[in-house]
Amino acid sequence: MSGNVTGRAWTFGDNIDTDVLAPGIYMKLPVEEVAQHCLEAVDPEFAARVQPGDIVVGGENFGMGSSREQAPQALKILGVGAVLAKSFARIFYRNALNLGLPALFFREADEVSAGDRLELDLAAGKVRNLTTGATYAVAPIPPHLLEMILMGGLMPHLKMRLAAERGA
Amino acid sequence: MASTLVEKIIARASGLSSVAPGDIVTCKVDLAMFHDSSGPRRVGPRMRELGASVWDPSKVVVVTDHYTPAVDLESAAIQKLTREWVKENKVETFYDQQGICHIVLAEGGHLRPGMFCAGGDSHSTTGGAFGCYMAGFGAIEMTGVMVTGDIWTRVPQTVRVDWTGRLPEGVVAKDMMLLLCGALGVQNAFKVVEYGGEAVEALPMQERLVLTNMAAELGAETGLIAPDAVTLAAIRQAGGEVDDEAVRIWRSDPDAAFEAVHQFDASALEPQVALPNSPANAGPVAAAEARRIDQAYIGACVGAKLQDLHMAARVLDGRKVAAGVRLMIAPASAATMRKAAADGTLATLTEAGAILLPTGCGACAGYGAGVLADGEVCISSTNRNFKGRMGHMTSEVYLASPYTVAASAIEGRVCDPRPYLTDAA
Repeated sequence: MSGNVTGRAWTFGDNIDTDVLAPGIYMKLPVEEVAQHCLEAVDPEFAARVQPGDIVVGGENFGMGSSREQAPQALKILGVGAVLAKSFARIFYRNALNLGLPALFFREADEVSAGDRLELDLAAGKVRNLTTGATYAVAPIPPHLLEMILMGGLMPHLKMRLAAERGA
Repeated sequence: MASTLVEKIIARASGLSSVAPGDIVTCKVDLAMFHDSSGPRRVGPRMRELGASVWDPSKVVVVTDHYTPAVDLESAAIQKLTREWVKENKVETFYDQQGICHIVLAEGGHLRPGMFCAGGDSHSTTGGAFGCYMAGFGAIEMTGVMVTGDIWTRVPQTVRVDWTGRLPEGVVAKDMMLLLCGALGVQNAFKVVEYGGEAVEALPMQERLVLTNMAAELGAETGLIAPDAVTLAAIRQAGGEVDDEAVRIWRSDPDAAFEAVHQFDASALEPQVALPNSPANAGPVAAAEARRIDQAYIGACVGAKLQDLHMAARVLDGRKVAAGVRLMIAPASAATMRKAAADGTLATLTEAGAILLPTGCGACAGYGAGVLADGEVCISSTNRNFKGRMGHMTSEVYLASPYTVAASAIEGRVCDPRPYLTDAA
């Protein structure tokens, strides 16, 4: 994966919680099945209509609640390329990055309309709305985390670290 | 340099003389806990992929609580996989169907002031009541902890919450936390909430667990309460070892820099209820009064400890659950169940018409017995009332203290419990 993501925006409000992203009643099922119910409480069409590369745009405190990694994993399985939100819940944010799903703090989320085409430059910390022409500077992902995300997440990172330790 | 409690703990765990908010550091983990939902079934396959083993099986605690007891083939398979993983990885501390992870950790004397602990569950914040750092992490990060024994963190800011005065009759730690969810909101990510003041010092250990448990609802990284004589006694009673010195060492310095200091008056607090679908929708019980209910639920790590069952029994003693309402009680641990059986609490509850459920996370997260049908209304002693949390997407959950849940079960509608507590009974 490169440091750029381009896709259509799906917009949501504040406090999108982990029960909405990965409903508890489906949690014992494989994550691929949980993903089919992702966000259905607020948009029943989402799982069926989201396209690979699409970008989820949330309000404040995106991903609040449980530590369940199925919340960001469901988005990733559905092909979501990145999540932008005014702010994130801590465990969701860490899970997303560790799973290789880029998450950017984006204060101007309200200026994005559903269906807008967005282009993200993760390394530079840039969001471009190709539909409106607006460009935004956002806090870039800290370097030690960006390196891990671009590698594919924590698993490839751990593989590299363990290999280095074994080789030492 | 003056430090807050969390800064002192993170400095020790990262081997540094001091740390400041914003620093990114790597901490050695003193204890790692996960359960049947977030644990072996998610971590095991990744460890196989890495060809790595558990860094230190003596520092790992595994608990089955989410899918217990098994009710179908999927949950039975998850239980089996968990037991096998524990055996294969030589994990010594395994609580199989003994209760909810956060409560059995406390009951087992595993947590001591100053420790740095990682939990595979968002309510791992509960452990902070013992003056240790314990926060929730996802299964993928717990995989990293399992194979390396360390984890990175960004040193958080501390928000100090002081409770002055004493709680009035019928008002408990759950009401303090619902009020805080309304007052501070649910968006306190990457911050630690440290509780103190006269009303907090007066709380017994089980009530303190409520404050740190629901730091998760505030959105905080974790909650913390500096240790005192109550903490040390609870650890020793649970079979843990701790030095008296811990009280002096593990506390924020008097001149430590807090991001904010909030003060609340416990003596002015009334019973609180959070309306659907957020703990932040909290207010005095009067705001929800007379809302008809289908179910009353006393369960979860936050709301079904022995003291919670005692609260419910005090209200329900000699009274009956309203016709058409089901009161379900899932004690937070097997030890809670045993003690409540021995002291007559379970008899009082079941005499009043309560249905006793097995210990475990149960209906709180929509995993176990007691889930809600479409349009049903539940008042619950649990900690979350997100849309669809306890069952159908159109069901509604009102959060309240065990006192308020029990009183509401009697009346069949949300009500103030205080009139039920005036008798000398």
